[in-house]
Amino acid sequence: MVKNVIVAEKLTRVFNGLTAVDRVSFVVRAGEIFGFLGPNGAGKTTTIKMLTTVLKPTSGRASVFGYDVVKEDSMVRQVIGVVPQEYTADEDLTGYENVMLCASLYGIPREVAKRRAAQLLDLVNLSRFKDKPVEFYSGGMRRRLELACGLINRPKVLFLDEPTLGLDVQTRTTIWEYIRKLRREYGITIFMTTHYLEEADALCDRIAIIDRGRILVIGRPGDLKKNLGGDIIVLSVDTRADVSRIIKRVKNVKEVIRQNETYRIKASLGRLTAPRIIEVLRKHGVSVTKLSLSEPTLNDVYLEFTGRSIRDAEKSPDDVHRQLVTIRRART
Amino acid sequence: MRGFGFYRLHGTWTLTKRELKKWFNNPIVLLVTIVQPIVWMVLFGKAMNLGAMLSNLPPDLGQQIMRSTFGTSDYFSYMAIGMISFTIMFTSMFGGMSIVWDRRLGFLDKVLSTPVSRATVVIAKGLNAAVRSLFQAFVILGVAAMLGLSFSSTFSPLNLLPIILAICLLSMGLSTIFVAMAVRATRFETPMALVNLVNLPFMFASNVFVPFSMMPSWLQTIARVNPISYFTDAIRQLTVFEMDVSTLVLDFVFLGAFTLVIFALGAFLAVRYLSR
Ligand SMILES: Nc1ncnc2c1ncn2[C@@H]1O[C@H](COP(=O)(O)OP(=O)(O)OP(=O)(O)O)[C@@H](O)[C@H]1O
Ligand SMILES: [Mg+2]
Repeated sequence: MVKNVIVAEKLTRVFNGLTAVDRVSFVVRAGEIFGFLGPNGAGKTTTIKMLTTVLKPTSGRASVFGYDVVKEDSMVRQVIGVVPQEYTADEDLTGYENVMLCASLYGIPREVAKRRAAQLLDLVNLSRFKDKPVEFYSGGMRRRLELACGLINRPKVLFLDEPTLGLDVQTRTTIWEYIRKLRREYGITIFMTTHYLEEADALCDRIAIIDRGRILVIGRPGDLKKNLGGDIIVLSVDTRADVSRIIKRVKNVKEVIRQNETYRIKASLGRLTAPRIIEVLRKHGVSVTKLSLSEPTLNDVYLEFTGRSIRDAEKSPDDVHRQLVTIRRART
Repeated sequence: MRGFGFYRLHGTWTLTKRELKKWFNNPIVLLVTIVQPIVWMVLFGKAMNLGAMLSNLPPDLGQQIMRSTFGTSDYFSYMAIGMISFTIMFTSMFGGMSIVWDRRLGFLDKVLSTPVSRATVVIAKGLNAAVRSLFQAFVILGVAAMLGLSFSSTFSPLNLLPIILAICLLSMGLSTIFVAMAVRATRFETPMALVNLVNLPFMFASNVFVPFSMMPSWLQTIARVNPISYFTDAIRQLTVFEMDVSTLVLDFVFLGAFTLVIFALGAFLAVRYLSR
C-alpha cells in the first residue's frame, strides 16, 4: 500500500503568460479527504486537471499512487476516478445509460459493468430514477450521477472538483454524507476542491488554502484555527477617535484592526480579555456599544492568510445551476 | 509515439455510438439531415435546370450537347450527385467541429481522464461523420432515383462499394482536419465561420454544379486541383457517367492521397493538442 497517495512537487502551469498554478507542493495520505480551498480562479481546477493527466504541468512534477502523471499517465488513468466541476452526463441518455457509457470508456466488460452500475446507482440513491433521461434530473441528482460515474472503475483515488457547486444547503449535506460513506466503506482517498468554507471545515481532514495559484497554508482545519492564536473580539465604540493604541496595551491582545468605529481584535483567552478591554476603555471615557466574541472560524484563517474574506457566494447557487443547465441546453 | 496509443482503441465504438445515439434520438436533427439535401437537390436540380436552355434545339441535338458537356442525359442526374458532395462536406466539417461542444461541456476532459486514448477521441469523430455522410448520401441517391435520376449503363449495385469507400475517405479526412482546428476553440462561432469560409469557395470552384468545360479558364485551373472535383467525379463515374476506368482510378488515387494527408495531419495536430 502506498502511503503518500498523491505527491506534488512545485507543480506549475502557465497559460499564455498567466501562472494559474504556481509551484504547488503537497502530499495526500492514504485514506484521507484532502481539500483545496480557494476563491474562483485560484487554480483549483487546473491542479486537478494536471493530477488527472488532462493537462501537462509546465514545470514541477506530481505522482498519483506512485505513478508519474506525465510519464505514466495511462497507469494513473486506471487508478483514478474523476468528478468534474461541470455536469458532463449526457442529457439525452438515461442515468443508467450514462453510467454504462462511463464503464465502457474504462473497457469494463458489460456483465461486470451492469452489476456495478446497479450497485453504484443504489449507493447514490438514484435507482428509482435510473431509467429517466438526465434532462429531468435536479442539480443534486446530477451530482450524484457524476459521483456514480466517477466510481465505476473502482478508483483508488477520487478527484472531486467542487462537488457541491450550485447546490442548496440541504442537498449539499447529503452529498457530504455520500463522500464520507465512500471513505468509510471503500477506503478511497479523496482529493477535492471547494470554495465553501463550511464544506472544507465539515468534510476535509486536511486542507490547503490556495489563492492566485499559490498554496498559502496546509493543515487540519482545527489546527489552522487554533494556530491563529486566539479568539476574535469585534467591538464598536461611541467615539470616532482612534482607540486602537489603548486596546493594544491590554494584556493578551495580539492584534487590532480598525474600521471606523469598529475594531476587530485578536486575543487569547477572549472570555477574560473582553471585559478587561471594556474596563480600560471606560477609564478613558469611551463606552463600548456593541461587542461580539467568537472562536476563530476558517474564514478568520482565510482572512489571516489572504488578507481578504473569501468571496464566498459570488454567484448564488441558483445562478450557477442555471448556468450549468443552459450551457447543456445550448447543444442540439 | 506514446501519445497516439493506437493499440488501445476500445473506446472508439463507445464514443461513436454515443454520438450516433444522440443523432437518432433527436427526430428534428435527423429530419433536417434528411430533408435539407433533398430541398437543395430539388431547388438546384429541378428549378435551376441548365438543361432547359437546350430545349429550343431539336431533341437529338440537345441530347448530344447535354452528353458532351455534362456526360449525362439530363442536368438533374448531374446535379443530384453534386448534391452528395455538398452535403458530405457540411456534415463532415460540422461533425469534426462538434468537439467544441464536448470541450465546453466538460465531456472531453472527462474522457481524457479515462484510459481512452487521445487518438480514439479523434477517430471516433471521423467514424461518426462517416456514418452520417453515408446515411445522407444514400438518402439522396434513393430520393434522386425516385425523382428520375438516370443511371448509366455501366452502373451496377457492386459500384456501391467504391462509393462507400470514397465517402468514408472524404468524410474521415475532412472531419479530422476540422477536429484539429476546432479543438483549440472554446467558442462555437470560430470554427463555424471557418466552415463557411471554406465551404462555398470549395463548392463553386469544383465540378459540383457545372463541368470544367463551362468554367472560365482561371476557375478551371482551381477546379482541376480541387479534391472535391475528384470525389464528385468518382461518384459520377460510378453512377450516372458511362464509366471510364482510367479516370476513375485517377480520381481515387488523387482523393486517397489528399484525404490520407489531411487525416494524418489532422490526427497528428489534434492528438498533440489533446496531450497538451
Ligand atoms: N485553458 C485555459 N486557458 C487559459 N487560461 C486558463 C485556462 N484554464 C484556466 N485558466 C485560467 O487559470 C486560472 C485558474 O483557473 P482554474 O479554473 O484552475 O480556477 P479554479 O480555482 O478552478 O476556479 P473556479 O472556482 O472558478 O472553478 C484562471 O485565471 C483561469 O482564467
Ligand atoms: Mg474550478
